[in-house]
Amino acid sequence: MTGRTIRIAAMSGLALALALGPAMAQRTDVNIGLVLEPPSLDPTAEAAAAVDEVVYANIFEGLTQIASDGSVVPALAESWDISEDGLTYTFHLHDGVTFHDGSTMDAEDVKFSLDRINAEGSLNAQKGLYADIASVEVVDPLTVEVTLSKPNGNMIYNLGWGDAVIVAPETADTNATDPVGTGPFEFVERRPGDSIEIGRYDGYWGEPAKLESATFRYISDPTAAMAALQAGDIDAFPNFPAPETVSMLENDPRFKVIVGATEGETILTMNNSKPPLDDVRVREAIAHAINRQDVIDGAMFGYGVPIGTFWPPTHPDYVDLTDLSAYDPEKSRELLAEAGAEDISLTLHLPPAPYARRGGEIIAEELRAVGIDVEVINVEWAQWLSPEVFFPAPCPGAEGEGDAPPSYDGSCPAEFSYDLTIVSHTEPNDIGLFARDDYYHAYDNDAFTAIYEELSVTSDPEKRSELLKQAQRQIAEDYVVGFLFELAKVGVMDAKLEGMWENAPTQATDLTDVYWSE
Amino acid sequence: MSVYLARRFVSLTLSLIVASFVVFFLLEIVPGDPASFMLGLNATPEAAANLRQALGLEGPPIERYFVWVLGLLQGEFGISYAYKVPVADLVADRLWVSLPLAIYALTLSTLIAFPVGIIAAAKRNSPADLGIMGATQLGVAVPNFWFAMLLVLFFAVTLRWFSAGGFPGWDEGFWISMKALTLPAIALALPQASILARVMRSSLLDTLSEDYVRSARAKGLSRRQALWRHALRNALIPVLTIIGLQFSFLLAGAIIIENVFFLPGLGRLVFQAITSRDLIVVKSVVMILVFAVILVTFIVDITYAIADPRLRRAR
Repeated sequence: MTGRTIRIAAMSGLALALALGPAMAQRTDVNIGLVLEPPSLDPTAEAAAAVDEVVYANIFEGLTQIASDGSVVPALAESWDISEDGLTYTFHLHDGVTFHDGSTMDAEDVKFSLDRINAEGSLNAQKGLYADIASVEVVDPLTVEVTLSKPNGNMIYNLGWGDAVIVAPETADTNATDPVGTGPFEFVERRPGDSIEIGRYDGYWGEPAKLESATFRYISDPTAAMAALQAGDIDAFPNFPAPETVSMLENDPRFKVIVGATEGETILTMNNSKPPLDDVRVREAIAHAINRQDVIDGAMFGYGVPIGTFWPPTHPDYVDLTDLSAYDPEKSRELLAEAGAEDISLTLHLPPAPYARRGGEIIAEELRAVGIDVEVINVEWAQWLSPEVFFPAPCPGAEGEGDAPPSYDGSCPAEFSYDLTIVSHTEPNDIGLFARDDYYHAYDNDAFTAIYEELSVTSDPEKRSELLKQAQRQIAEDYVVGFLFELAKVGVMDAKLEGMWENAPTQATDLTDVYWSE
Repeated sequence: MSVYLARRFVSLTLSLIVASFVVFFLLEIVPGDPASFMLGLNATPEAAANLRQALGLEGPPIERYFVWVLGLLQGEFGISYAYKVPVADLVADRLWVSLPLAIYALTLSTLIAFPVGIIAAAKRNSPADLGIMGATQLGVAVPNFWFAMLLVLFFAVTLRWFSAGGFPGWDEGFWISMKALTLPAIALALPQASILARVMRSSLLDTLSEDYVRSARAKGLSRRQALWRHALRNALIPVLTIIGLQFSFLLAGAIIIENVFFLPGLGRLVFQAITSRDLIVVKSVVMILVFAVILVTFIVDITYAIADPRLRRAR
């Protein structure tokens, strides 16, 4: 090699190094755009999905955790044994787990966290999931024994919800504003109304996060969301609020669009206790009057998968029952005539979500086409979550004691006044809602309750799968509600950002594996 | 002067009492329960009842009204149901965005409106006047959120000179924060400046046709001298009224602009609090805003007295 070629080689090497230099300085932060701001940051005291979107798997962890494919994986518990009778669960905890304040996480913290859910006056919104827990005993610092009052095949899954994360007694009361968990990220700062910042926790027990910091910023206006993405203020919207602009972003090489599945069954809920909707023929007629694809195209710009029952199509146990309620206006009219309900008028309450408002207008039109007079009533969420739709009207209480919730004693059964409404039930694994007798669909069928009760005490996978399918079929055949579609998760992000969840098996923005590809 | 002030003060206090009553009882009859809202779709009625108890939503309204008002008098605004932090802290944080933004926008609008309005009045019916009238007509007609979106598209998305929105916080540095407020301030200032310029022009034209201006001209002052020394000061009263109204509006009414630029301002706080039925926040913030508006009106009343000596004499 002559001196000249060496020089050239050296220079091109230098040039290459210079060219790669800036590229190698990878970004270690990310700005995530979210729509709804969480009120507080304590997942054990708040139902709002917005809380889990920030803290789940990032700041807080439970004994088990729901992974990106929807399966339950070990988290703080590295393994567990279940006794023959299905009543005793022994959890073996990971060694060396610390909270972000440096204190050690051990069996006492687990006992504290689980006991707290079922304690008197507990504010946990999902208490019902853990009602079967009879006692929690500390065997040694790394072993916890949970005893159930009756077998519950869902318990391992339920413990993976954000509502059962493990918290420390010292910090439990301040988690709302200063969350302290065991996750790969620790809370850094919150600017109410604007953003929440988290940073990598160096004492994390597992595989450390690849990012050093992440900021969640709240942008509810679809136009502003689009602008923030294009201006580079936001790197990723896990749930992009403006589906109408997605096709434009798909053609922009700076971004990638990932359409995934969620656990959000969007349904036209019917009040099963109120005439004429207490007649299954009327409910069936309504189901046949709706063209699901029209609703998906018109309300969701084509994003969404039709469903015929209350179970996500991505799940292995899903049964496609859409044919039971196929679009057939002719049949719909016949059924209405048969039920003597040709001349009915119904109200349709629509909460502010775009799927409800836009989808509701289409459905109202389709119902009118088969002769049902529909009055559309737009309501705010707070109104929707009131006796106007969702909660039964309170019963007049004893004098001076105010009103009591209806299910407290049998003297005053739950009564609902609405006719129809549209809502998406985004919690995973929630078909059990149809077994609740105080729930707003007012569905009451002992056959379904029996299937569900058997399901809850069954842990054999094959038997469970069979029961799940039966349960799906039962509600579809009873036309409990109009099953519309499964919400899609439309994520839009910088083309170089990797590791974001594609699907949303639970409401989370798990950033553990997120990194920049260059 | 003191009688004038005393009268204004009595009316200020009465307005506050009436406002507190209206605000409290209006929110009492709003449908929707904070506890049910917070617990969501899967909650049991029992959990909702627990939460209502914990939030202190039980008890007769009159009693809770007095507890609330007594708290306000001692500077206790209560704890937000949703955020779980004192309302006073929430409001203070937001005020640090809304107040500078309002002042920034008002300054811009005044700086634009005064010269423009004076030029238009001084050169009445000239091409400059016609141009200004046309432009301000447009400024009044264009919705500010639409103008804001255009600003974002041009300066943030295309040129990338500014962020599309958000607010970094004053601890990040004065100029960085001012930069973040610039596009919103321009979007807010444009329609305000247009209105103000038109008021300035017509008010000045009115005073220019007064007898005393003619006398001043007869005395030998030039048109310009007469305008600056005699007409302008007298034309200020309606302009000050408009500025006072605009400031109150900018403080609380910037909500649409706050949404477009996702700024954590007071307007958005109230809006979010209403949707989530965080009623304690709504009540307290609305009262603070009522107080601010009444205070601004009071200050404007005082500036009237400074601008117009006749008002200082007891009426």
